[in-house]
Amino acid sequence: MAHAAAHEDHDHKPYRGWVRWVYSTNHKDIGTLYLIFAIISGIIGGFMSVMMRWELAEPGIQIFHGLASMVYGVEGASAIDAGKHMYNVFTTMHALIMIFFMVMPALIGGFANWMVPIMIGAPDMAFPRMNNISFWLLVPALLLLLISMFVPGPAGAWGSGGGWTMYPPFATSGQPGPAMDLVILSVHIAGASSILGAINFITTIFNMRAPGMTLHKMPLFAWSVLITAFLLLLSLPVLAGGITMLLTDRNFGTAFFVPEAGGDPILFQHLFWFFGHPEVYILILPAFGIVSHIVSTFSKKPIFGYLGMAYAMTAIGVVGFVVWAHHMFTTGISLDAQRYFTFATMVIAVPTGIKVFSWIATMWGGSIQFRTPMLWAVAFIFLFTVGGVTGVQLANAGFDRMAHDTYYVVAHFHYVMSLGSVFAIFAAWYYWFPKMTGYMYSTLIARTHFWLTFIGVNLVFFPQHFLGLAGMPRRYIDYPDAFAGWNHVSSIGSYISAIAVLVFLFGVVEAFQKKRVAGANPWGEGATTLEWQLPSPPPFHQWEQLPKIK
Amino acid sequence: MSTKPNNIVAAGGKQKTNRVIAFVCLSFFVGMIGVAYAAVPLYKLFCQVTGYAGTPQRAEQVYAGKVLDKDITIRFDANANGIAWDFAPAARSVTLKIGETGLAHYKATNLASAPVTGRATFNVVPDVAGAYFNKVECFCFTDQTLQPGETMDMPVVFYVDPDIVNAPELKNIKTITLSYTMFPVEGTKPVASRPGPGKSKANTEGTLGG
Repeated sequence: MAHAAAHEDHDHKPYRGWVRWVYSTNHKDIGTLYLIFAIISGIIGGFMSVMMRWELAEPGIQIFHGLASMVYGVEGASAIDAGKHMYNVFTTMHALIMIFFMVMPALIGGFANWMVPIMIGAPDMAFPRMNNISFWLLVPALLLLLISMFVPGPAGAWGSGGGWTMYPPFATSGQPGPAMDLVILSVHIAGASSILGAINFITTIFNMRAPGMTLHKMPLFAWSVLITAFLLLLSLPVLAGGITMLLTDRNFGTAFFVPEAGGDPILFQHLFWFFGHPEVYILILPAFGIVSHIVSTFSKKPIFGYLGMAYAMTAIGVVGFVVWAHHMFTTGISLDAQRYFTFATMVIAVPTGIKVFSWIATMWGGSIQFRTPMLWAVAFIFLFTVGGVTGVQLANAGFDRMAHDTYYVVAHFHYVMSLGSVFAIFAAWYYWFPKMTGYMYSTLIARTHFWLTFIGVNLVFFPQHFLGLAGMPRRYIDYPDAFAGWNHVSSIGSYISAIAVLVFLFGVVEAFQKKRVAGANPWGEGATTLEWQLPSPPPFHQWEQLPKIK
Repeated sequence: MSTKPNNIVAAGGKQKTNRVIAFVCLSFFVGMIGVAYAAVPLYKLFCQVTGYAGTPQRAEQVYAGKVLDKDITIRFDANANGIAWDFAPAARSVTLKIGETGLAHYKATNLASAPVTGRATFNVVPDVAGAYFNKVECFCFTDQTLQPGETMDMPVVFYVDPDIVNAPELKNIKTITLSYTMFPVEGTKPVASRPGPGKSKANTEGTLGG
């Protein structure tokens, strides 16, 4: 290290002011930036979802014609048309923001950046400057995505409304305006950010573990991030290739997905889902790692079946690459292909089941304390399992034909993502907040946040199972009166969830105001991973003396 | 303190291996982008070879094998997309024996006041029948140019492979629909710079195959 000599005599202090953050090469500072970024994106994406639920609270068009005339200055019948498209833009942006700019930055950029180097006994990430650019690429990516909402998309409307899947031909010939190009570039940049992050994590975990920290002794969160990084490395380039083809089809006259020139729109779906299915495991695997630590800590037992847990995640990652066409059962694939993809998808239930039962076995006979992180973690196990069970149902091509593109699918993936991953993010937040800041939050506020969220999101999404089975399709601004009842319940749930977000933000502010000192290890003997051996907050550079791993 | 902390010594020794791992990851990334692009010709080849997604087969010569004593109806469908042609099959359907060679005619009339070159895409429904539907001759193998007001008769010579009765999904099949969509060959402007949807673009893929 070229500048090692300059640092060896003094404690390396952070720069002051904005330079500390903008120029940061410190994994903890960058992790904090990622977490702040994820909270901001989550508020934007959450705002969009509440607007959609407000719209869907009653049959008919409630708010989006008004929103369209406020934002785009259109009146009368064109406001209704622009409003309908704006609703589609909101579903598209909600998905892209929540996936690329909320869950991934929170789990991978935020918690993994903060905790993986500490957990494996490394002083920092392998490439600190690359870590900096990974974060700062995300900011222009989000800005591009937000700008796309205000530029022309299809004729007479603004923004890109084709869903996060960006299927052609709607993404090519359907939306001639520049909105779609901005979305594609935004996803390109966010993808570049994730790839750099993935390379950084793989190098760090392979190369910078403390002496004695073998792969089979490594904490499960580090395992989950390692597997996630490999999934990113394998799947993101395929997305990058696919959307680059979209971009050149739109702008440079190529014909990858243009049927009249020999292209095939279905090919995009294959490319997209070859990325898209591993992507959902990218969103959930770090959550698995976090929940394992929390369940073990608050049961005061080591995790049950450690190696089984690690290799179950590996198996999920591997099998996740050969099941993509279960998103495409209704595109006319042959019966044999449907049989294969149904079977392969159901195979994933086996390693997932290993994980769920191992968490339960960890709790079994443990001295369980239901402190706030444990509440979120146990709720995660329950809600993720609900989403997993509907996932096994939807894996059946016969049932999928019936439920495809209905609210049943919406309920399924929100139970694993919005109620699964997000609950794990909050579990991690309440687990590591005392470590990251040195302050203890108010347990009362944290528990209020939990119960409001738990009630709210279940009210949002459980009724959507009923709506989906009754045949209500996704992605429409309006619905027949017959669906009004459960839609109303669902909307009330989203208002409760929105209030819960305010409680969460208040809890953060309150913790920083009251400055209750948390201590190095507020969770007691169950918290055995290395981060609890450091003071809270950890020193700017940790492990000056490398930890000894038993 | 004059001794270097352990980690800096360790990190200094590891700089090189860090770069190696990062380089391997990066080449892997670039390779996967290549694989994504390689998927385009591979998918096309896969469809042509297996009849996947209803891609009919292209046969070099008329079938001279066994003809089954079993009828099958071939229905004909025609669509014109963005081209000022009247494009229709001469007969809506034909019934023949499985294995027998059939001949069908399509008619196209150029309604525009200038010569127009058209090109047809095609598939069969049900999709899985694509592997058994063979075209010996087809107007879709080449581009067709019509003068203003000209009408052209366009033949298709085809047969259904008798192996179709051995496919569990198709053993009771009574009808196969052969569909063509005619597109203009002109129109090279990319979509983002066009005023509206519904036009076509240049073929960057070379020949269409069969």
